[in-house]
Amino acid sequence: MQLYQMTARELHRRIVNKEVSAVEIANAVYQRIETVDEKIKAYITLLKERALERAGAVDAKIAAGEEIVPLSGIPIAVKDNVCMSGVRTTCASKMLYNFVPPHNATAVEKLEANVAVLLGKTNLDEFAMGSSAENSAFFVTKNPWAADRAAGDGSAAAVAAGEAICALGSDTGGAIRRSAAFCGLVGMKPTYGAVSRYGLVAHASSLDQIGPITRDVTDCALMLNAICGHDSRDSTSVNLSVSDYTEYLINDVRGLKIGVPKEYLGENIEPEVREAIEAATEKYSSLGALVEETSLPHTKYALPAYYLIAAAEASSNLARYDGTRYGYRAENPEDVLDMFIRSRSEGFGEEVQRRIVLGTYVLSEGNYDTHYLEALKVRTLIKQDFDRAFEKYDVLISPTAPSPAFKIGEKAGDPVQMYQSDICTLPVNLGGIPALSIPAGFVNGLPVGMQLMAKPFNEGMLLRTAYSFEQNTPHHCKYPEL
Amino acid sequence: MAQYEAVIGLEIHVELKTNTKIFCTSATEFGVDPNAHVCPGCMGMPGVLPVLNKQVVEYAIRAGLALNCTIADFTRFDRKHYYYPDLPCNYQISQNYFPIAKNGYVEIETEKGKKKIGITKAHMEEDAGKLVHQGNIATTPYSLVDYNRAGMPLIEIVSEPDIRTPEEARAYAEKLRSIIQYTGVSDCRMEEGSLRCDVNVSVRPVGTTELGTKTEIKNLNSFKAIQKATEYEIERQIDILEEGGSIVQETRTWDDNKGITISMRTKEEAHDYRYFPDPDLVPLVIDREWVESIKATLPELPDRRKSRYISEYGLPEYDAIILTQTKETADYFEDCLKVFPNPKTVSNWIMGDLTRLLNANNMEISECKIKPQQLAEMLKMMDRGTISGKIAKTVFEEMFTSGKDPGTIVKEKGLVQISDEGAIAAIVEEVIAKNPKSVEDFRNGKDKAIGFLVGQVMKASKGKANPALVNKLLREKL
Repeated sequence: MQLYQMTARELHRRIVNKEVSAVEIANAVYQRIETVDEKIKAYITLLKERALERAGAVDAKIAAGEEIVPLSGIPIAVKDNVCMSGVRTTCASKMLYNFVPPHNATAVEKLEANVAVLLGKTNLDEFAMGSSAENSAFFVTKNPWAADRAAGDGSAAAVAAGEAICALGSDTGGAIRRSAAFCGLVGMKPTYGAVSRYGLVAHASSLDQIGPITRDVTDCALMLNAICGHDSRDSTSVNLSVSDYTEYLINDVRGLKIGVPKEYLGENIEPEVREAIEAATEKYSSLGALVEETSLPHTKYALPAYYLIAAAEASSNLARYDGTRYGYRAENPEDVLDMFIRSRSEGFGEEVQRRIVLGTYVLSEGNYDTHYLEALKVRTLIKQDFDRAFEKYDVLISPTAPSPAFKIGEKAGDPVQMYQSDICTLPVNLGGIPALSIPAGFVNGLPVGMQLMAKPFNEGMLLRTAYSFEQNTPHHCKYPEL
Repeated sequence: MAQYEAVIGLEIHVELKTNTKIFCTSATEFGVDPNAHVCPGCMGMPGVLPVLNKQVVEYAIRAGLALNCTIADFTRFDRKHYYYPDLPCNYQISQNYFPIAKNGYVEIETEKGKKKIGITKAHMEEDAGKLVHQGNIATTPYSLVDYNRAGMPLIEIVSEPDIRTPEEARAYAEKLRSIIQYTGVSDCRMEEGSLRCDVNVSVRPVGTTELGTKTEIKNLNSFKAIQKATEYEIERQIDILEEGGSIVQETRTWDDNKGITISMRTKEEAHDYRYFPDPDLVPLVIDREWVESIKATLPELPDRRKSRYISEYGLPEYDAIILTQTKETADYFEDCLKVFPNPKTVSNWIMGDLTRLLNANNMEISECKIKPQQLAEMLKMMDRGTISGKIAKTVFEEMFTSGKDPGTIVKEKGLVQISDEGAIAAIVEEVIAKNPKSVEDFRNGKDKAIGFLVGQVMKASKGKANPALVNKLLREKL
């Protein structure tokens, strides 16, 4: 097994035992990037010099006999909508092609405090709007399992292709979980407020959350340990005493009550995906969990409500990109208004403009009550569905996406069909609850993801449930051939 | 010609005197270099989030209480969207749906007596930056943006349309400034923009209750401008109606030089602000105990203080109103009284000579070099007869420029009043000897002539002779 294929936990063990140095690991990963990224196109920006310096610092600590924390020296990719001080943060948009923020995201700051080795910035749909990284202004990221298929985003593709060990992703309607599912990885959207949003370029503030994409559940727990916690720079950040999430890595689901909402296994779910999920729930039964069908009756309203709320917030959050202070500015504007209009028309891609228009419409006078407020009411109903379900169940299970990774270009011309890829994940963002995607099997050589959902701040329950599955199934041990 | 009445409402923006901005930790200091007090937050950098300054909420509650408002149990921030290069996020964080304070009032004095002007609401919001044009806005090749002011904390106080005349509008604005200044939450300096005023005006035939179409006059930066612009706008609207025209709902600006209002934008160009709750800020549940503790620290407000001056010090109402208009003046007055407890004399000096000199030098009482104790000391010297009223005027002017103690000035310039009868008598003899004509006139019954003689004695004594004694001695001798 190659170094770039190992988990963070395994690499940590080897660094501590002096079997390998952090610089060797970093070099192995950069070597891998040089070999395969031409094909995968996961990265927008690489930070090799800076990364090797950090790796060297870890090795110096080891040489000095100092203790290191689990993520020290671990190569981690960062989605390019998370700010790194002095490093360009493009959001895969022409609008920010040259934007270098003066500030670090809190999640980045925390990883750097752990002396993680931040490799570079990964591709995404422009401003995280999309489900496949096809809306990137720069290039499309390919799925390491099949080059003609969508990866979801660059962070997941990088980890799956061995171009990173772990990654930071962002999840507004399911990007972390969907990308993890498409690439055969573990991805978690933590509870809203559990990870600071400071430094995450906003798409839809009430839905956005930063989270980890990893090879296995153990690494997911290690990443959570590093990035969770209260941040005074984010008013929505919650002040909880963060426990050690690795304590939840327990291979035991006996007596656990698992609900399978029938709305998530309807006809829009591909039969092979449904079968994989059914096989997984049978697995849980065989391990001693109590699995039964349940219902989240308002699920069908989630998609329209989500797109109204997300678009409304996006139209507001993206108003600041006007060519005045940073980013793209149209050449030779006639006046201020012309500068605004042309900078935005030329700087934003089609999908972003579509959502800005939708969001502007939704919030405009006369539509606010009939559209935006109605969507908020639906959001409340969806939350209540979850509340009721979690009175009875410890965990809910669903597919992460209706299908395995779809073909690049397949849905690109049809935004509504593209939005459908998120039907299983976006209710979670509306509800603010945590959810995790874990590989549940393979269909035609493509990974299928299973989504586990729990009540707010019960990330530990997700880890325990996922860990038990992982320990009793072989899916996480597969690597794409590249 | 029909009789018209105006319906006027004011929106007043008050900048709060906090050390840091409303949603970040940048400093609020006035008059620094452009963009000296900015950070990624108030520059609207991607990924940066607003964090509310608690002091702003406290000040807003304080102001709300002073304006007799109900303080909300639940308050929240909303985004107000419009594009302008000085607005970093192209939305302003403001309050629309759940303002911090509502349903208050301010009492003003009118020709017909006291009148209550209702306050609809007072809400918190952030200020925008400002554009600096090269020369004229219309012809400038480019404009520069200074974001120092972006994110400064404001409260916007919206009145009910209870105001009927330009004088009332001015009185309301002045009263409101006075109250806010008392609370200490703002300097309310119109010239620095820490108090800014928009006026909504409509007219209707007397006796009708339906509201006419209104216009809004933006950014009036003096009380005089509030009154003048409102006067102009009322007449303009009446003229249009009289000629059979109709009023266009629009935003207008006041040209102070020309004394007219000019159209800025019409209703068709009006913004749809697309308010919605700011998802980056959590709603606030206001703790009642906190509100009560703020209430407990409110100072005596101008109206209470005015009444007390009338009842406790026996001052005329006019004096009481003037003295209590600003907290600084009222405090100055009371500090004087501690040393020289004669309210009317102190009031006369403050309203007279002190105000005259402050106005002439364009100064606030807080900048005055004469400390209240020094003024009181001077008044004591007058009272004891050490200096005459005339000398006091000279001493006072010297105190105003140098800030020296009155005793020092009197000593340095040898200004002590001569009350020694012998010394004055000698001068009187001399003056009588030198002015036989006037002496004769007086003796022939021309009483006026004595005034000339008194003047001559005063002149000879360099103004130091006690005038009462001079008069008495002259009459005796003649």
